[in-house]
Amino acid sequence: MHGNGHNGTVRIGFYICHCGHNIASIVDVKAVSEYIKSLSGVVISCEYKYMCSDPGQELIQKDIKEHSLNRIIVASCSPLLHEHTFRTAVEKGGLNPYYFQMVNIREDVSWVHTDMKAATEKAKDLSRAAVQRVFHHKSLETKHVKIHPDVLIVGGGIAGIHAALTLANAGKKVYLIERNPTIGGHMAMFDKTFPTLDCAACILTPKMSQVKNHPNIILWTYSEVAKVDGYVGNYKISIRRKPRYVNEELCVGCMDCIEKCVYKEGKTPDEFNVGLSKRKPIYIPFPQATPQIVVIDRETCIEFKSGRCKKTCVEACDRKAIDFKQKEEIKEIEVGTIILTTGYQTFDASRVPFYGYGKYPNVYTSLEVERLVNASGPTGGELILRDGRHPKTVGIIHCVGSRDKNTNRWCSRTCCMYSLKLAHLLKEHTDAEVYNFYIDIRAAGKSYEEFYDKLLDENVHFIRGRVAEVSDWAVRPSEEGKLIIRAEDTLIGIVRRVPVDMVVLAVGMEPQADSQDVRRMFNISCSTEGFFLERHPKLAPVDTFTDGIFIAGACQGPKDIPDSVAQAGAAAAQALILIDSGEIELEPNTAYVVQNECSGCRTCLTICPFTAISRDEAKQKAFINEALCKGCGTCVAACPSGAIKQNLFEDEMIFSEIDGLLKMESPACC
Amino acid sequence: MKYLYYPGCSLRSTGRAYEESLLSVLKVLDIPFEELNDWNCCGATSYVSIDETDAFALAARNLALAELQSPDGTINLIAPCSACFLVLLKTERYLESYPDVREKINSTLDKAGLHYHGRVNVRHPLDVFVNDYGLENITKRVKYPLKGLKVASYYGCQMVRPFKTFDHSHYPETMDRLVKVLGAEPVDWPLKTRCCGGSLTGTIQEAGLRLNRLLLKEAEKRGADIMLTCCPLCQHNLECYQERINRKFDEKINIPVAFFTQLMGVALGLSEKELGMQRLFKMPSLKQITHPKGEMANAW
Amino acid sequence: MQLPTPTSVHSEEESHKIEKMKRVVRRIKFESELDLNFGERVADKAYGQKLLSCIQCGTCSATCPLAHYMDYTPRKIIAMTREGFKEEVLNSLTIWLCASCYSCYVQCPRQIHITDVMYTLKREAIQMGFHPKRLPIPILAQEFYKRVLKDGRNTESWLLVSLYLRTNPFIMLREAILGLKLFLRGRLTIGREHVKRRDQLHTILEHKKGEAPL
Repeated sequence: MHGNGHNGTVRIGFYICHCGHNIASIVDVKAVSEYIKSLSGVVISCEYKYMCSDPGQELIQKDIKEHSLNRIIVASCSPLLHEHTFRTAVEKGGLNPYYFQMVNIREDVSWVHTDMKAATEKAKDLSRAAVQRVFHHKSLETKHVKIHPDVLIVGGGIAGIHAALTLANAGKKVYLIERNPTIGGHMAMFDKTFPTLDCAACILTPKMSQVKNHPNIILWTYSEVAKVDGYVGNYKISIRRKPRYVNEELCVGCMDCIEKCVYKEGKTPDEFNVGLSKRKPIYIPFPQATPQIVVIDRETCIEFKSGRCKKTCVEACDRKAIDFKQKEEIKEIEVGTIILTTGYQTFDASRVPFYGYGKYPNVYTSLEVERLVNASGPTGGELILRDGRHPKTVGIIHCVGSRDKNTNRWCSRTCCMYSLKLAHLLKEHTDAEVYNFYIDIRAAGKSYEEFYDKLLDENVHFIRGRVAEVSDWAVRPSEEGKLIIRAEDTLIGIVRRVPVDMVVLAVGMEPQADSQDVRRMFNISCSTEGFFLERHPKLAPVDTFTDGIFIAGACQGPKDIPDSVAQAGAAAAQALILIDSGEIELEPNTAYVVQNECSGCRTCLTICPFTAISRDEAKQKAFINEALCKGCGTCVAACPSGAIKQNLFEDEMIFSEIDGLLKMESPACC
Repeated sequence: MKYLYYPGCSLRSTGRAYEESLLSVLKVLDIPFEELNDWNCCGATSYVSIDETDAFALAARNLALAELQSPDGTINLIAPCSACFLVLLKTERYLESYPDVREKINSTLDKAGLHYHGRVNVRHPLDVFVNDYGLENITKRVKYPLKGLKVASYYGCQMVRPFKTFDHSHYPETMDRLVKVLGAEPVDWPLKTRCCGGSLTGTIQEAGLRLNRLLLKEAEKRGADIMLTCCPLCQHNLECYQERINRKFDEKINIPVAFFTQLMGVALGLSEKELGMQRLFKMPSLKQITHPKGEMANAW
Repeated sequence: MQLPTPTSVHSEEESHKIEKMKRVVRRIKFESELDLNFGERVADKAYGQKLLSCIQCGTCSATCPLAHYMDYTPRKIIAMTREGFKEEVLNSLTIWLCASCYSCYVQCPRQIHITDVMYTLKREAIQMGFHPKRLPIPILAQEFYKRVLKDGRNTESWLLVSLYLRTNPFIMLREAILGLKLFLRGRLTIGREHVKRRDQLHTILEHKKGEAPL
């Protein structure tokens, strides 16, 4: 226990930071410092260029000793940035860290105001409020929570796979959950990858089988997270395992059942080939699917629809793996940390009606073309269009559903590069003339510009202009039977009509359709676009605002494979830090029940978003689990008898702060 | 519900057939309406090219007059000409969206004892027929289904843009759905909303003629027997300049261009005169349209 | 390498071409010749505050049915407006050819109200007298304005006659047959249409004359 201020008089040290010019150019820091010095209880008041620097922190520590300070206030930036820094400094100075209070005069004052006089007054008001508040501060103790060493990873694309392998190789137990029947994600669907042109499957499938065979990884595909309870270090997760109607223990992936299905031909659009081919109701998504286990699609299987199927699949299976009675299963697991790698979805091209997707058969999305040029794709890698022709000219339209306020305003970051790659592959496969219609070429990755150079040398056409329309409106004989792309060649300043046989729409990346549900389930935040929000865009790119939950890959924002993998590694490292430190410090800003004032009415029980409150039936009183409490204050406000209080946010503190803001002397501090 | 009807200047001259057919169809369908008292020109695209405040004030006078004439509730003001429709709609929307514009225009109107409160809903008759009266009800009233007639619906620009009202801004389908109900066959073509050039035929004629040539040729190429329009200026451009286009560009364009209300009227059994058919340069050949009993439609 | 033998006799056409090539035109823009706030001012007047956010993608030009006939494509007009090329913009044919079809307006990925920008530029050009005096489009606008200011309604026959008189009276001969055809079908009227309460209309329209030029 550090020194406290209860038995003596309150002795406040006030420090105002210039933050270089960030604060000092708008706030007259000297005037604020002098003003605060005049307030009762303030022993020291001074200004300094950078309070967060070592000399700044040492200044506080020195003053605590020399002037027997027992309250410290720093007026500087956001507590999000440096509250921890200053609390540590105060603690080193020999004072309980919760005698510290921070005033944000940068984000709340200097960055948002232009009038120096008014800004200075506001800084004074906020600082005065803090002075009145700290009179009521108490010594508090930091709590520690143990970290469960197991990790949950949600989403089995390249990011999830990489994070899982990293942690598993470090000796940690990992649960990898994937909602589709196989892991691999979008990357498994790609043909070759930019800028090296190595085949996606060749580099991905070895990692997929490593996942499957790793002793530290429990892989559950065709499964979804149903419920998330608990808190950092101690999450309790319910996983819904959807029935495959095939026993995973017995199936060896021989595919005899698929062969013998009463459907001789596939009838359902094949998800893996983006609908370019058909699959049967019983199927394996693709030859290297992991796990190699068959799945039955309930929606299209005759047995499920009518109950009158001959069930030839059952007969075909020697191992008796097919089980139409299989039920959904709920698995309960406990983990300490969670990594979300839920990925993205591609933009629905029919939302831009000008480009004719769904109207003209030879208009394709880029993802469809990935399958079309792939040797294991629906045409065996031969470029045959929907109308049976081979294209002689191809137009690739960039920024479809990107950089457009009518659809998605962000840049999807990957489309320029994959369009270049597709241009190369299309030329290689067909020797067609290929036109790229772009707004700006964004090739800002390692060896990306060099790849662009290569494409220019390959004599691919680059027309700088966003396409206004794709149509079959021919005005010249040479345009008959073609799709005509209309765009301004902005570098030449003239509108061009380019007739092509095939149009490729470079569709952008979007948050998954259910990203909001996932966000709520894990209690994390989203940016306005709907991508999961990182704790800090530069300095905490894979952390979230919820402790113990990390994000990686395209669920955080559009990114390519190298960046997704890098983030996945970073997220795994962040999880490892928690696991290996074994425990985590918790903020003491939790709520507590003043037992003899509690009437046991149960109001707080139902409203707590973290299920941290329980009721002692013998005593008929509410009880708050401090480890679960996040300090949101909901119960404090809701308690009808005022029996719940919250550390660091007690009524006296808040009222004194308000009094301070309103320039009213609070009786408590006089 | 009673509609207010704003004819606009063109419907009193080049677009007379539009007014005649529109009013006949409204009457035969028992859709109640009355003309807006002492309406003035909407200002078209010209007024706003000279003075924006004047342009809004001019159009807003009509909106204010509509409120005087219909003291309660929301007023549905039918504006058949696309230019009038858009100018009135844009004025209505801008007065709603920009408080400074609203204040300025109302202070101007106040001087003349008028004020606009925001009760007017500007409607195109196509929207009224299809979405208020309803296609099902129209089906019931069709006497002579226009069987075998291939129709290129031409929406032009200002009815569908820039505001989202009752149909898509580039690929609208309302008129095509109506045409289908009348028994005819809509032709799918890509130039439904490509501009005819408006008044360019009167100013920089070369450009105007070229735009219309593209539209007419494509409609013919797609197999249309007739083009339908919903704007007097589009109709005038597409119909009256065909001969000149043929001469200038060595084309053989020959396609009738009528108002959608005229074709509606034919299917509903109205007479040639009631629909202003004699005002067209080229009469649609509607030989195929026969009475269910085998007689020719009375108009033809 | 074999070069083509030069012919000693130049055709008249060819010497004309050479003379034309030799008359070099200096193309350079000095910052001092630009009106640097022009773009912001136009944006403010045109509800098009987003004008400055143009990314020069060219969608407007490509969707514009009249871009083929313009001296600068709509995209260039935006770029030039933003950069302060006031004279070029206000002297251009582009702003007059815009038929207000709003294709660009609805397709612009930055949601710039391009049609409103064009209207603003038209107004500025007329107010500052930039357009060629006999260019029919601004004259049509002015004649229309005058006619409606007077009568409250437009009579198409009268409008056309005044347009031709101010631009090229000979066009009337060209248009006579079409006019007659329309007249015989009752589609051109001689009598002038007007509103009843002209006084009320004039009170509304006489609030002020002309805004301050940009």
